[in-house]
Amino acid sequence: MNPMNYVYLSALLFSIGAAGVLLRRNAIVVFMCIELMLNATNLAFVTFARMKGNLDGQVIAFFVMVVAAAEVVVGLAIIVTIFRTRRSASVDGANLLKY
Amino acid sequence: MSTSAQLLAAATDTGDGEAVTFWILGPVAVLAALGILFSRKAVHSALLLAATMLSLAVLYLAQDAPFLGVVQVVVYTGAVMMLFLFVLMLVGVDSSDSLVETLRGQRVAALVTAIGFGALLVFGIGDAVTANAGLKEANQDGNVQGLANLIFSRYVFAFEVTSALLIIAAMGAMVLAHRERHEAPETQRDRSLARFRPGAYGAPLPGPGVYARHNAVDTPALLPDGSPAQISLSPVLIARGDVRDVPGSGQDVAVRDEDDLV
Repeated sequence: MNPMNYVYLSALLFSIGAAGVLLRRNAIVVFMCIELMLNATNLAFVTFARMKGNLDGQVIAFFVMVVAAAEVVVGLAIIVTIFRTRRSASVDGANLLKY
Repeated sequence: MSTSAQLLAAATDTGDGEAVTFWILGPVAVLAALGILFSRKAVHSALLLAATMLSLAVLYLAQDAPFLGVVQVVVYTGAVMMLFLFVLMLVGVDSSDSLVETLRGQRVAALVTAIGFGALLVFGIGDAVTANAGLKEANQDGNVQGLANLIFSRYVFAFEVTSALLIIAAMGAMVLAHRERHEAPETQRDRSLARFRPGAYGAPLPGPGVYARHNAVDTPALLPDGSPAQISLSPVLIARGDVRDVPGSGQDVAVRDEDDLV
């Protein structure tokens, strides 16, 4: 098996995550799809590290995980705040800037 | 097969065991990801995301990245998914909106964009990299030691900045989630008045129906005329669509709002 298959899998997962971000309207599910995209990029980084024979890709995947953890904390706090004021976690709800 | 092709095949080939792992876990990851996209309930999406992350963790392990595989399980499926589930419980399962398109053609456009983007990635990267050096050399002192050597030498500045980022994120989450109380808390008198204001239901709510067939929290009580009493059920159960029909009454108890559970 060619290790490029991992990269194809990663591209597939990333596209599914992107479709989820564009299609779903529940903010929490949108957020999960962003996590899916981050995971897909991590898989690509790990695969590139293996193909290139050095560990830099794995280090970058590690940093992506750290940043993702920070992002989840802040993002979920924002979702909770929006839910508290609007009683809804829909991404269509927070549109006051439009008017 | 020519010699160069043989060399290329040898250079890009992985072991059979790894191929088996990949062809089992790859489809699992993809199907779970599609499930996140299409499942109606956010809790199901969360569990399917955990499944995807676990299969990715095993794929990391198969690719000579034991540290990242373990961190993936601990940080992602452990901490991050628990955070997601906490917030889901906090926000409530019935907190969402309909499947009605607000922008016309958005769904088709989104699907086309995603498919095109995936094709671009596959065909763009697909021919760019073909090497397979393997990590034997880089991992000879151990994967964790190799990563530590890199993190604490070449990437030490990024590592330090990361610590600042984590502190800022924790502070930001606390500031965002904190709520200042502006009015006095409700007293027992306020609550009592609210209970008996016009339109409120003063008496205790009726209990759910009790039948021999099952434990009946999800089954409504029957009114004297035989119709189901909506207020005998928990609103959470009605919102989740987890309400049973009354045996023999022939009526639907609660309208299942499938659409508002996206």
